[in-house]
Amino acid sequence: MKRWLIAALVLLLGKLRPPRALPPGRPVREPDRRAENLTFLLLLCAMAAAAAFIAFYFANPDTQFLGATLGLAFVLLAAACLVAGKRVVPQIEGVKERPELEHPFEQDEVVAVIAEGGEGVSRKRFFLLAGGGAAGLMGAALLTPALSCGPEANRVLSRSPWNRGRLLVTELDEPIVAAGIVVGELVTAFPSGADKEDIASPVIVVRVRPDELDLPDDRRGWAPEGLIGYSKICTHAGCAVSEYRYPSYGPTAPGPAVVCPCHYSTFSVTEGGKRIFGPAGRALPQLPLAINGDGQLVADGDFSGRPGPGWWGVRK
Amino acid sequence: MSGNPQRGRDLYLTGCQSCHGFDARGIQGTAPTLHGVGAASADFYLTTGRMPLDDPHSQPDRTEPAYDRQSIDDLVAYIGSLGGPEIPQVDVVGGRLNLGEGQRLFTNSCAACHQIAGRGGVMSGAFVPTLLEATPRQVVEAARIGPYVMPRFSETQLNDRELAAIARYVQYAKHPQNPGGWALFDVGPVPEGMVAWLIGLLALLLVIRMLGRNEAP
Repeated sequence: MKRWLIAALVLLLGKLRPPRALPPGRPVREPDRRAENLTFLLLLCAMAAAAAFIAFYFANPDTQFLGATLGLAFVLLAAACLVAGKRVVPQIEGVKERPELEHPFEQDEVVAVIAEGGEGVSRKRFFLLAGGGAAGLMGAALLTPALSCGPEANRVLSRSPWNRGRLLVTELDEPIVAAGIVVGELVTAFPSGADKEDIASPVIVVRVRPDELDLPDDRRGWAPEGLIGYSKICTHAGCAVSEYRYPSYGPTAPGPAVVCPCHYSTFSVTEGGKRIFGPAGRALPQLPLAINGDGQLVADGDFSGRPGPGWWGVRK
Repeated sequence: MSGNPQRGRDLYLTGCQSCHGFDARGIQGTAPTLHGVGAASADFYLTTGRMPLDDPHSQPDRTEPAYDRQSIDDLVAYIGSLGGPEIPQVDVVGGRLNLGEGQRLFTNSCAACHQIAGRGGVMSGAFVPTLLEATPRQVVEAARIGPYVMPRFSETQLNDRELAAIARYVQYAKHPQNPGGWALFDVGPVPEGMVAWLIGLLALLLVIRMLGRNEAP
């Protein structure tokens, strides 16, 4: 259905367009200075946008700015190509019978015809310079983010706000009382005194019946009273894992699991965050929990693995 | 709410005991015990038509209630007599309930599954029901008891006033104001994105046409 609609649309647009009048015979054409100036301007603006991308990358790496400047550079480059293609370069239709190219003297003729294609364009050297500059700067802009893959990346990615004794707090910085969480409930928590925007900060805490727990052997004691903590960031694409299913009657319903709403990666909460469905490549990192003297939830160490979406070498 | 637990017990024996057992203590692998689930659960499952359920292994879905109001009251009185939480009292109209706060709380606690428009969706292993027909009382009951695979929300996470605000937002979301004018059936951001894609494709086609065309010699 959609394909038919598109086909009909293309046909309609083709019909509406008046046939293009080609100049008869050999076209003699004056350079279109205004179109050339516009092309230069667009290329210069594309260069400026690409340079702005690089500047933002170093000064203020906000993804909104980066996306806007790079997108703008591409749009301006496309606009320059559009103007150049339609107004600057002469549009000649040449029909040549084949296979005369076998004869060397006629080949010279063809070369001459092709050379005429450049007629009607003034300041070719300047054009070359502007086009090359725009292409070079945009190439540089595209390569700049590769700097993020350096040794700095590993340091940033292995940073964690969690350590033994760190208090878990709500979004409003209130401590979380362990007894306040009932079986079948999910609570979002953050490390006290840390940046909540950090990818390793948000965790989910759920309470299950202690007899439901099936944690790996080396995580005994990570879930006091059936309270389990996991990173809230999906290990696939970094969305917030915010869907939770907890069966009110286990034998007739799917088991306790958290689900990422982006691509439905599903992690079992009773089995140490094991992935049981979806595109995620590894388990949800588990945070060892403990209850302090005031009955509040605290971390009992760092995550079992690196929180956040996958990247090269994450398993090492 | 004046149910007769004696009549409720009679109705229980004809309609419920084949799965939940003669003494309402459940049948292993088929249905849970009803001791301790309370009047809130009974009222939610019966008024939304989710119980009685044909196949105990399928997800209970909202249908027309199988019993009339008096029979439901009787059944609720019987199940309530077995112990458990009372039916929560919700006052959606009174008090100083802020619709904006309700939307904020709904976004934080409910929208991941039910969608911000309350039209439901899917999750792995279950479907998420729409809230189009949910009454305020059913919304509050569901949050407190966590029916089927829905998580529960305790007093510490959402207090009664906050739950009432959520219930009020759910009522609003049934007929939301659409200042933009194009509601797209209130189904949420996914079809909106789809429409954006279709418009974007159209724009791309126009650009392609502008760039040039292949003329026959």
